[in-house]
Amino acid sequence: MKLRTRARVREITTNDAGMASGVIYHDAEGREHFQAAEVVIVACNGVGTPRLLLNSRSARFPDGLANSSGLVGRNLMFHPYAAIHGYFDEELDGYRGPGNCIRSQEFYETDRARGFVRGYTFEFTRGRGPVLTAISGMSAGRIPWGADHHRAYRQLFNRIAGMVAICEDLPEAHNTVTLDPELTDPDGIPAPKITYRLSDNSRRMLEHAVARGSEILRAAGACDVSHEAPLALGGWHLMGTARMGTDPSRSVVNPWGRSHDVKNLFIVDGSVFVTSAGVNPTSTIQAIALYVADNIKQRLANLFD
Amino acid sequence: MATIPLHPASPPDGATAPPGAASSTGAAASTGAAASTGAAHAAPVVPPLADAQCHALRRLAGLMIPASDTYGVPGADDPVIFADLLASIGAQADAVAQALERLDALAGGPFAALDADAQTAGAERFRTTRGSGAALLVTLVAQCYYRDDRVMRSLGMEPRPPFPKGFDVTPGDWSQLAPVRARGRLWRDAP
Repeated sequence: MKLRTRARVREITTNDAGMASGVIYHDAEGREHFQAAEVVIVACNGVGTPRLLLNSRSARFPDGLANSSGLVGRNLMFHPYAAIHGYFDEELDGYRGPGNCIRSQEFYETDRARGFVRGYTFEFTRGRGPVLTAISGMSAGRIPWGADHHRAYRQLFNRIAGMVAICEDLPEAHNTVTLDPELTDPDGIPAPKITYRLSDNSRRMLEHAVARGSEILRAAGACDVSHEAPLALGGWHLMGTARMGTDPSRSVVNPWGRSHDVKNLFIVDGSVFVTSAGVNPTSTIQAIALYVADNIKQRLANLFD
Repeated sequence: MATIPLHPASPPDGATAPPGAASSTGAAASTGAAASTGAAHAAPVVPPLADAQCHALRRLAGLMIPASDTYGVPGADDPVIFADLLASIGAQADAVAQALERLDALAGGPFAALDADAQTAGAERFRTTRGSGAALLVTLVAQCYYRDDRVMRSLGMEPRPPFPKGFDVTPGDWSQLAPVRARGRLWRDAP
């Protein structure tokens, strides 16, 4: 086993049989290398994977590798988050334990009476440490600069609890990763271009989460409540841009992660997700990677059939 | 304008602390002014900024979080805290320098050379101007200030990380869960 660090793969090459033959990559100094391969396994996630596949064009694969369905780079999904904070008069001891400690999927499944399909997970936070209290409080204008800083800080420290709602984004073909026509990285590899619009469904889900979260916090005794939705700095998990499925015209990889078009090309990251679920994706990505690896091992005798 | 020494004195024994680990153990002073005398614990730092920008950043930090006799805490311009701040800039040096250039521009001249009133007005313009880089400097100042031993003690905290030792938490009142238990199961098995 040899791990090549600081190597940046530019494209996956193919041979006359339409099989992946290796990768071309740039090392830390920008020098170009070719690495031959019997099997290529991609784990670049929801933006990096379509970027690499789309940049692996050839006469045989003019729209990018593994893209006969036209779905490479489509159906980009994130996790729009709503964050709701409650401010309490009494001390909460929040910094003394794990931050995120309770989850609820009361609003996880579809109830059309709510005005949207699918739902979200509430992830409750016990409190914040001293640094995060200061940064968030100063950013939100609740803690001023200057002489009154300390009084205002002590009104907030150890008195904030709340939750985030992890909303299940829907797969929509118009949310895409494409190659930027001009921008490149330092090695000249085209940069990914993200085109994404928060859907009405996700927006209504966020509004619902803010309303329910505010009710919960006030019922728990919060004297004030604030929210941020969508949360600017969290939840932008990358999923859906090389979706898994049985039908080659409607998916990029088969149910065990092998490209429909290129029989020795596998994908083991969040891009194979068909739906986003209202939970953080890493555990599922790990499970899929193990599942695909196990399939490669079990099917070794006829892996490329 | 008073001259502010940029670099705290080296520790007496010549020991150095890792970046971001400036400690004021034993310097739990009752006032900000007294706390500043505990500067001898910080490691010497090679500043990632020009001297004028160091002065400006230190003055700005003091305006953000001044010392307080009421709460017995130093300001963010305290020598130990500022040394920690300089040591923590790291890869953000260019962005910090740009933010300080913006501060000069918004203040109407080199910030460190302005009189106190002009500095206060300039800092306020900097704080309220979108895209000025104020958020970056707030994060930098706050993270170093609120991990200072003296400041943590003033908040009733032990000046140490939560792990691996953990904290003792007063046992909760489990009777609060009685209605939940009495309600019974309301979920279904996953298919």
